[in-house]
Amino acid sequence: MTLTQKFLGAAAAVALSAGMAVAEPGLVIDLGGKFDKSFNEAAYNGAQRWVQETGGTYREIEMQTEAQREQFVRRMAEAGANPIVVMGFQNASTLEQVAPDYPDTRFVLIDAVAELPNVRSVVFTEHEGSYLVGMLAAMASETGTVSFVGGMDIPLIRRFACGYAQGARAADPDVTIIQNMTGTTPAAWNDPVRGGEIARAQISQGSDVIFSAAGGTGIGVMQAAVDAGVYAIGVDSNQNYLHPGQILTSMVKRVDNAVYQAFSEGPELETGVVVMNLAAEGVGFALDEHNEALITEEMLAAVNAASEQIKAGELVVHDYMSDDSCPVN
Amino acid sequence: MDLATILQILDSTIRLATPLLLACLAGLYSERAGVVDIGLEGKMLAAAFVSAAVAALTGSVWIGLVAGIAGAVALALIHGLASITFRGNQLISGVAINFLAGGLTVLIAQNLFQQGGRTPSLTGGARFTPITLPFADALRDVPVIGQLYSVLLSGHSVLVYVALLSVPLTWWVLYRTRFGLRLRAVGENPAAVDTAGVPVTGLRYAAVIIAGVLTGLAGAYLATGLAAGFVKDMTAGRGFIALAALIFAKWRPVQALWATLLFGLLEAIANRYQSVELGGIVIPVQLMQALPYILTVIILAGFVGKAIPPRAGGEAYVKER
Repeated sequence: MTLTQKFLGAAAAVALSAGMAVAEPGLVIDLGGKFDKSFNEAAYNGAQRWVQETGGTYREIEMQTEAQREQFVRRMAEAGANPIVVMGFQNASTLEQVAPDYPDTRFVLIDAVAELPNVRSVVFTEHEGSYLVGMLAAMASETGTVSFVGGMDIPLIRRFACGYAQGARAADPDVTIIQNMTGTTPAAWNDPVRGGEIARAQISQGSDVIFSAAGGTGIGVMQAAVDAGVYAIGVDSNQNYLHPGQILTSMVKRVDNAVYQAFSEGPELETGVVVMNLAAEGVGFALDEHNEALITEEMLAAVNAASEQIKAGELVVHDYMSDDSCPVN
Repeated sequence: MDLATILQILDSTIRLATPLLLACLAGLYSERAGVVDIGLEGKMLAAAFVSAAVAALTGSVWIGLVAGIAGAVALALIHGLASITFRGNQLISGVAINFLAGGLTVLIAQNLFQQGGRTPSLTGGARFTPITLPFADALRDVPVIGQLYSVLLSGHSVLVYVALLSVPLTWWVLYRTRFGLRLRAVGENPAAVDTAGVPVTGLRYAAVIIAGVLTGLAGAYLATGLAAGFVKDMTAGRGFIALAALIFAKWRPVQALWATLLFGLLEAIANRYQSVELGGIVIPVQLMQALPYILTVIILAGFVGKAIPPRAGGEAYVKER
């Protein structure tokens, strides 16, 4: 046996044992991009945390256009990744197409429900988290007007808006709530110019706390709020650090935890619907060194009390998606 | 609706119309010289990225502006090279420029800043800040006229005034200078211009470069004036709206101002009033946001009269067959 053959044999053995070991998990990042400082970035951070703690590796792919949804998820499954975390509500239909073709692969869908035997659907109770930041907004507002900027006009974003409105109204029954959506196409997630313009319109109508749930558009909303000297509220990831002292808080959605959990559980993860609610710490508001000066003891006490009530089931925040309507506006 | 609200909407209109106006004038120069330019969107996007990236790196918005203009002119020269020198199809060259800008900006941004195809947020001197015109504060309390001046005209970034001033300038250049006459002639009948001994290629290149400069201003305004940084695809179709405005204005500068202001107004209204209630019927937000597009179709279909483009538009000039 020559030396070359020995090396080849050794390499083959290594490759074989690697193949037999646990398959790599996969992460499919949705439109909006890996570094959107928000939803997708949270997933990326969760995956990175898993990498740091376990030293494992994972596959990652980032969608660029609508047309790539099915193709990319399929490619990930063909490559043998398991489990595959797929980001974004719009991929529910993608998985309905793809998942049945790969019965041995487990998929994790974030932000929507796909009822298939090999799919875990992780949904967040955004209305509960938004309720809490809505309370903070109404308590921090001096003008008695708070506002909301949504990205694409879809029920999921309406759920944010509705929770926010309910929270604001609960903290201050006389508060005026302005709600705007950026657009009706996916371009609405990436239009900071229009986002900023909407924020300016809201500020001129008296709003002094603006909550944006709009992906990349939110960057423009926050910038406009900061320029005008009013508060902004971040979304999905903790965005307090973007403009320290000017971001009142962030409605955090622990997408990172969902991804981390899925990666940790590996190919044998349980399927079904997982609801990441306030009690499971799936949603919440961010409090750190950047905004602690903005949140008074009184505000914190009120929000924590409401939070406990929601966790205990004594306070039910209406979910827009349950009946496509909002009791508060 | 009170005066303050109307002023706020008009104020927003001016901001939103500015990039459209600059891009529309860019298209006007190019198309009046017989070079169809559907690459306005791509050039704006490239300028938005280059200006934001250079402003972020140098901390100076002015260097960013110059770099943004240079970026747009570079793409304009590619368009010129393909469609004037090599007599390629102008539409295809324009489409290619749009794709090129869409891909390159994100790629370079990712390599430079590792933030997923965006530039860092610009702060301080890396952004255009609003200018308060003289006496704006003193006149604020004068009813109507004072308010019009201090709220509506004052308080925009310098590029807004550049855009507004470029309208009379363009009119003067096109209709009162020898260059303008030749420019218009080369778009109508290049053979006649050539017979008179004026180089067709040179004139067309000049027009394309002017278009590059104007789209550069438009892109820089988007990234460093309105927003604070570049985000992928941030032009969001504004280059195409500018083209629609150009047809609407029948390739004339003053009308281009009104057309872009109309589109800006529609966008401002859609931003401000979502779900308008009219006599008990609620007009949904989707319709409000689709209004600019619907209006474009309606206006172009009938109300504007016949829009006749420059006769030699879209055709490369061949000296001898």
